[in-house]
Amino acid sequence: MPDLTDLLFYGFSGLALFFGFLCVANPLSRSPVTSAMFLVLTIVSLAGLFTLLHAFFLAAIQVLVYAGAVMVLFLFVIMLLDLKEEERRRFRRFTVGAGVIAVGVIAGLLLQTVLKAVPYSPNTTVLAVGATRPLGVILFTQYLLPFELLSLLLLVAVVGVILLTKKELK
Amino acid sequence: MNFFDYLEPTTQFVIFSAVKILIVFGVTMTFVAYAVLAERKISAWIQDRVGPNRTAPPITKYIPILGPMLVRLGIFQPMADGLKFLLKEDFTPAYVRKVYFWLAPAIAVIPAFLTLAVIPFGSTLGNPDNKMVIADLNVGILYTFGIVSLGVYGIVLAGYAANSKYPFLGGIRSSAQMISYEIAMGMSVVAVFMVVGDLNLGSVVQYQAKHGWMVFHQPLAFIIFLIAAFAETNRLPFDLPESESELVGGYHTEYSSMKFALFFLGEYAAMISASAMMVTLFFGGWTLPFLSDPASSLLGGLLHIAIFIAKLVVLLVVFIWVRWMLPRFRYDQLMDLGWRRFIPLALGNILATALVLAFISP
Repeated sequence: MPDLTDLLFYGFSGLALFFGFLCVANPLSRSPVTSAMFLVLTIVSLAGLFTLLHAFFLAAIQVLVYAGAVMVLFLFVIMLLDLKEEERRRFRRFTVGAGVIAVGVIAGLLLQTVLKAVPYSPNTTVLAVGATRPLGVILFTQYLLPFELLSLLLLVAVVGVILLTKKELK
Repeated sequence: MNFFDYLEPTTQFVIFSAVKILIVFGVTMTFVAYAVLAERKISAWIQDRVGPNRTAPPITKYIPILGPMLVRLGIFQPMADGLKFLLKEDFTPAYVRKVYFWLAPAIAVIPAFLTLAVIPFGSTLGNPDNKMVIADLNVGILYTFGIVSLGVYGIVLAGYAANSKYPFLGGIRSSAQMISYEIAMGMSVVAVFMVVGDLNLGSVVQYQAKHGWMVFHQPLAFIIFLIAAFAETNRLPFDLPESESELVGGYHTEYSSMKFALFFLGEYAAMISASAMMVTLFFGGWTLPFLSDPASSLLGGLLHIAIFIAKLVVLLVVFIWVRWMLPRFRYDQLMDLGWRRFIPLALGNILATALVLAFISP
C-alpha cells in the first residue's frame, strides 16, 4: 500500500497540473475571471506540495502573497477591463510564439534543476521544519546581494507606478 | 479511557483533533448566533429601545419565573432568526453568473472558520500532551494571514456574480479595502513577533505570561491591528462594501435566504476569529497574570478556556459597541487612513521596535 504522503503528493500535483491546464486552456469558458480563479486553485495546490516537503513557511507565503494579494489585484484589474472583447479575442501568431519561447526557457531551467538535484536526503526535512529562521539567515548572508537587488527592483517598480498614476507632476 | 490508551498515537491524535474541530465549530456557531442577538440588544440599548423580547417557544409557559425572563432577554431569538433564514425563498435572479453566485457565499464563510484552527484557546485538558489548539503550527500567524487574505474572494466573486452595478461596485470596493488594510494589519503584527522571536501563537502566549500582556509592550501595534480588524471584517465604520445609502446592499444585494445568511455568518465568524486573534496576540490568550502555568487538572484546563472566552466576549462587545457609535467613513477617507497613516505608522513601529531590541534590551 502506498504511503499517505505519496498519495497526497500525487493528489496535489495532479490537481496543480489540472487547474493549471484549465487556467490557460479552458474548453468551457474563455472568461478571464475563470482563468484567474483556476490560477488561484493552482497556487493553493502548490502550497499543498510545499507543506508535504515540510516547508510550512513557503506554503504560507505562497497562499498569502500569491493567492491572497497578487491574484486579488489581478481580479481587480480584470474586472475593470472590457471582458466581452477579451473573450472574443482569438490567438495571434505573436502571442503563441512568445508563449512557446517562455515555456521553453522555463522548461530548460526546470530540467537543469532536476538534473542537478540530489534524489532525496532525510536531512532536508530536518532543516526545513523550522524553515523561517534558516531561510532568514540564508537570505541575509549567502544571498544578501540578490535579495537587496530584488528590493531595489521593487522600489523601482513602486516609483514607476507612482509616476504613471500622477500624469501631471507639479 | 482504558481502551483509548491502547490505540496508536496517530489514531489518538486523529480522534482528539476531530473532537476539537467539532467542539470549536459548534461553539463558534453558537457564538455567531448569540453575537447577532447581542448586536440587536446592544444596539437597542444604545438607541434607547428594548430590542427583541417576544420570541417564546411554547415550553417557556411552563417555566415559572425564569421563562418570561429569558423571553424578555431574547434568548430564543437566534432560533427564530435561523429558521427564518432557512425557510425563506431562495431566489436566484435570471441574469446572475450561476456558478460564482453559488460559490461566493461558501467562499465567504470558510476562511473565517479556518483561521480558528491555530488559535490556542486553552492550555491543556486532562493529560499534558493534549494541547488546546487544533493545529500547533510553527508558522501560525502566517497561516492566519494567508487564510484571511483568501476571505476577500467571497465578496469579490459575489459582486462579480451578481452581474449588476451596485454589487459589482461593492465587490470592487471591498477588494481594494481588504488589500489595503491587510498590509497595515500584517505590518503591525511584525513588531509583536520581533519582540517574541517566534511565529508560533503558543509561544506568543507563553511570552506574555512571563513578561506581561503585549498590549502594554506594543500599544501602537494593537491600535493599528484593532482598526484594521474592523476594516477586514467589513464592520462599521468601514462597511463601505455594503453601504446601503450608496450601494443598496453592496455585494449581497442579489442574495436571499440561506445564501445571504452565509455572508452574515461569515461576517460574524470573521469577527470572532479576529477577536480570538487579538486575545492571543495582545491580551495574553488563556492566561491571567496570576494564573499562567499550563493546567495540571481538568478543572484548571476548563478554567483557562473560560478565561479565553471571557476575554473574547469583551472584544466582541467592543466590536458591536463601535458599530452603533460611529458613522461610516467616506471612501477616500478610508483609503487615506489605510495607506497614508497606518502603513507609515506600522513601518515606524517596526523600526522603533528593532532599534529598542538592538540597543536597549536584547
